[in-house]
Amino acid sequence: MTDNSNTRVVVGMSGGVDSSVTALLLKQQGYDVVGIFMKNWDDTDEFGVCTATEDFDDVVRVCNQLDIPYYAVNFEKQYWDKVFTYFLDEYKAGRTPNPDVMCNKEIKFKAFLEHALSLGADYVATGHYAQVREVDGRYEMLRGVDDNKDQTYFLNQLTSDVLAKVMFPLGHLPKKEVRRIANEHGLATATKKDSTGICFIGERNFKEFLSEYLPAQPGKMKTMTGEDKGQHEGLMYYTIGQRQGLGIGGPGDPWFVVGKDLEKNVLFVEQGYANDYLYSDGLIATDVNWINGAPTEAMVCTAKFRYRQKDSKVTVVPIDDNRVEVIFDERERAITPGQAVVFYDEEVCLGGATIDEIFKDKEKLNYVG
Amino acid sequence: MEPIYLDHAATTPMHPDVIKEMNHTMETTFGNPSSVHYFGRKARKYLDEARRVASNSIGANEKDIIFTSGGTEADNMALLGTALANKQKGNHIITTEIEHHATLHAIQYLEHQGFEVTYLPVNEMGQVIVEDVEKALTDETILVSIMMVNNETGAIQPIEQIGKLLQEHQAYFHTDAVQAYGLLSINVQQLGVDLLTTSSHKINGPKGIGFLYVKQGVHFEALHHGGEQERKRRPGTENIPAIVGFQKAIELAGAERNERTETYNYYKQLFVDSLQEAGIKFSVNSSKEVIPTIINISFPGTNVEALLMNFDLDGIAASSGSACTAGSVEASHVLSAMFGKGSERTLNSIRFSFGIANNEQQIKTAANRIAKVVNRLRK
Repeated sequence: MTDNSNTRVVVGMSGGVDSSVTALLLKQQGYDVVGIFMKNWDDTDEFGVCTATEDFDDVVRVCNQLDIPYYAVNFEKQYWDKVFTYFLDEYKAGRTPNPDVMCNKEIKFKAFLEHALSLGADYVATGHYAQVREVDGRYEMLRGVDDNKDQTYFLNQLTSDVLAKVMFPLGHLPKKEVRRIANEHGLATATKKDSTGICFIGERNFKEFLSEYLPAQPGKMKTMTGEDKGQHEGLMYYTIGQRQGLGIGGPGDPWFVVGKDLEKNVLFVEQGYANDYLYSDGLIATDVNWINGAPTEAMVCTAKFRYRQKDSKVTVVPIDDNRVEVIFDERERAITPGQAVVFYDEEVCLGGATIDEIFKDKEKLNYVG
Repeated sequence: MEPIYLDHAATTPMHPDVIKEMNHTMETTFGNPSSVHYFGRKARKYLDEARRVASNSIGANEKDIIFTSGGTEADNMALLGTALANKQKGNHIITTEIEHHATLHAIQYLEHQGFEVTYLPVNEMGQVIVEDVEKALTDETILVSIMMVNNETGAIQPIEQIGKLLQEHQAYFHTDAVQAYGLLSINVQQLGVDLLTTSSHKINGPKGIGFLYVKQGVHFEALHHGGEQERKRRPGTENIPAIVGFQKAIELAGAERNERTETYNYYKQLFVDSLQEAGIKFSVNSSKEVIPTIINISFPGTNVEALLMNFDLDGIAASSGSACTAGSVEASHVLSAMFGKGSERTLNSIRFSFGIANNEQQIKTAANRIAKVVNRLRK
């Protein structure tokens, strides 16, 4: 085995099972491992209880089991400025943001990476389900082998330069195996529940959370032909393709959100899962990132428009440094502005962008956003 | 790399003689000092002897010493115990902005209970101004609590002058002497204090033990209720091995006071000189009238969080007054009081504190390691 003892790896530890096993595996491989907990959000309640304190306690317990040093760093300000502000702005614009993508880009693989390097780290490691592969001095990102857990979708804004300093020790493991390893080694977090949802909202009610930051403006729900279908509670609470929470009764197929008119504060709804208004065949996305350089001409590849969705065949046409057009081989349902579109060549994640405009038969679907 | 411990103000290693005494006590004595039999009496003898040494160490009477679980309990007991017992005399308490949280949070609790509190500022040297105390006093004032030595900067407070000022006033005077005890010579008569807090683990004794001095005649309410121990003021079976260890630590500190003072003053100068030689930019917070063991240094262009982690990974154990819990960095309340809330010194200052874990070579090595980190972080 190679001697890794002079290679310092700083592990981003959340207090969950994945990052715990990440630290364990690196320790087993003989690296000089340092655990760091990132505090990005203050959710202290009126009793002074804060989930971050409890999560940090778990980090402490695991690090002591592994006999590695541990610290906590505070990125609340950076998180607020770079992630939460973006999150609110997108909702204000009637879109559905993806804060995890932004958090990876701005916090975990920027602020945190820089912090780790200042501690003399050679690498940072996280418990993401993804893989890094070196090819002639460039670094590619591959999907995690566990199809159901693959997290490259959220990591699409990383670049080769960043990946050169990154390790994803769980990328080649199925989640079940990660749990098994944690159990086998009696890690304090072995049976801890996986966190769900957006980190700063946690288990709380999403509507309630959002209403603390953005005023809700109730308005009309209408069909695309203008038929009145009652009231919505505020456009920001709805996303394209959503079925729950509309409260429209009556006969026939269930109702779905198909679009929004921000100016008139109208939510568009239509009937049937496969309603034609939900379908599109192309999009323009902004803030495009290519992990290993942009294609110079139209390129055939696959894409994901949502996390955990199957890949779809697309053609990507570069427009400029910031924008791409994506043309789908087959029509796609419920493409949502604000979400990420992520490109793949087989197992390799090529990069991604933020969905901005949506098209059908070359016509922009203005009702979607 | 051998880690170097420069955090004696947080806690100290136990002196080998203290450990020896404690082991001996644990091996030979287990009785309950309240028991009316041979075993109880044997334990009681230890307790009485320790109380005698403790009271002598501050020029007090044996009956004025209450053993507690440490400084925090002693502070709480002093503040809540007197405030609650003297409510009918007035409603006003005076303290400072730079107290330890054991004092500040106990007083904030009293504030919630309806007491009026004046928090006195300090000057740039981290010292309370005696005239400010005088101005703050009213007929309603029942309690003044001012620490003897600040735990972050080591700044010595004018306790004796304040004691004189309060001589003719009804207010009781409490001082938290945790950082002073063992190093500065203390005489409660001369200081004019009514209550005084000490802690064992700051002077190479065991953790979990300390004492509160309460002058005879002070109206004082117990916070715990149960047995007759400590004249009902702090019931609960006494922790004899810890009390014996504390006693030994007190004796050692008394015997070695001059020598320790000289050594730590020398360490401090050597430390500053070595940092200067290494050519890094720094400035000392509180440089006049400071205890020999503590030095608080600001490193411009850095921040506490990164400094402490880098120090630790490079074998330097130090700390800052900024509370870091799960990554929340709160600026040091002490440095904020000295330099103003927005001052960058509140977020780039580190406290180094010397003690029996150190030797001359370590001080030089530490300064070199520190300079390396600071240079790296400034890039």
